[in-house]
Amino acid sequence: MAGRSLALAPLLAAVLATTVAVADTLEADRRSGYDLMSPELRAMQDDDLSNPGMFWVLDGERLWQEPAGAAGIACAGCHGDAQESMRGVAARYPAFDPALGRPQDLAGRISQCRTERQEAEPLARESDALLALSAFVAHQSRGLPIDPPGDPRLQPFRAKGAALYQTPIGQLDLACASCHDRNWGRRLGGSTIPQAHPTGYPLYRLEWQALGSLQRRLRNCMIGVRATPFDFGAPELIELELYLMSRAAGMAVETPAIRP
Amino acid sequence: MRTLINVPKTAKKGEIVEIRAMVAHPMETGYRTGENGVPIPRQIIHRFTCSFAGREIFAADLFPAMSANPFLAFTTVATGSGTFTFTWTDDDGTTQSAAAEITVT
Repeated sequence: MAGRSLALAPLLAAVLATTVAVADTLEADRRSGYDLMSPELRAMQDDDLSNPGMFWVLDGERLWQEPAGAAGIACAGCHGDAQESMRGVAARYPAFDPALGRPQDLAGRISQCRTERQEAEPLARESDALLALSAFVAHQSRGLPIDPPGDPRLQPFRAKGAALYQTPIGQLDLACASCHDRNWGRRLGGSTIPQAHPTGYPLYRLEWQALGSLQRRLRNCMIGVRATPFDFGAPELIELELYLMSRAAGMAVETPAIRP
Repeated sequence: MRTLINVPKTAKKGEIVEIRAMVAHPMETGYRTGENGVPIPRQIIHRFTCSFAGREIFAADLFPAMSANPFLAFTTVATGSGTFTFTWTDDDGTTQSAAAEITVT
C-alpha cells in the first residue's frame, strides 16, 4: 500500500507540474482569436465599413433610441448617450444580480430591463434585436480591457464555471481545457484551435453568416463533442462565461469581432 | 436600410479610386432545409449596379454561392465631382439603394 502511493507520488507531481505549466503558458502567452486569424480576416474586422457585425451595431443604435413597451420609454430615455453611459459596461459582465441571487450576462440584463422597466415583450435569446442591442452596448467598450468584477458573491459561480471548463463531457469525453488550454494553436480539421477568450462577443462568424452570442458558440462546441448542450440562458452557460471572462481579464474587447 | 458604403470623399481628377459596398442580406440559397425538413425558399440579391451621374459604371450578377451580407469592391477613374448610386435587386423584385458623394479636384 505504502509502495503504491510512493509510486503514485511522482506521477501526481508530474500531473500537477503540467497543469501549472499550462496555466503559466496561458498567462504569459494569452492570445485573442484575432491573433490566430488570417491577415484578410483581421482587415475585415478592423475596417468598420467591411465588418458585417457593424450592421447589428447600427441596428442596436436605432433600437436604443426607440421607445418600447407599455412604459413607452427607450433605452436612451434612462441611460442617455450610450457612448458615455455604456462605456466599459460589457467589459464587466456577467455581474451579480441580487434579485436573482446569481450572475446575469449582458443579454440577460438587457432582456430584464426590457420586461421590467420598459414593460415590453421579452426579447428571445439569439433574436436579431437582442443581438443588435448587445452588440451595440458591447461596442461601447471596444478597446477597453476586460475587467471582471471582484464581487465576492460571484466567486462560487466562477468556481463552478472553472470546474465545468475542466470537466470532460459528451461522447467524445473532452473538456474545454482539452483543446483550448492544452492544444491551442494546433488544428482541428481545417481550423486553428484558439485559446477560447471571449473578447469579441457578440461576434460575426463566417460559418454562421451572421452575428451570434457566446452562448451560441459554447453550445456549438458542446454539440461538437456530442454532449447535450445547455439551453440558452442556462445558469451553467453564464457560469462558464463568468470564468472565461476572468481568464481573459485585461484583454481588449473587440465587439463586433470577426471569426472564421 | 442597411448598407455600408466606402467611397473616398475627395480624389484628384484621373485618380483610380476604390469603392466598397456591403449590404445586409441573408442570401438564402434555396438549398437549405429548415424545421421538419421543409425547404427554405431561395431569396438572394441577384443583381448589383453602381451608377455615376446617371450612367452605369459597374454591375454584377450574384448567385446562391455568394455569402450573406455581400461585399463588393471595385475601382473606377475619378472623372468629376458627383454622386455614386448603388442598387441591389432582390429575387422578389424589391430594390435597395444607397448613394455616396465624391468631390474631384
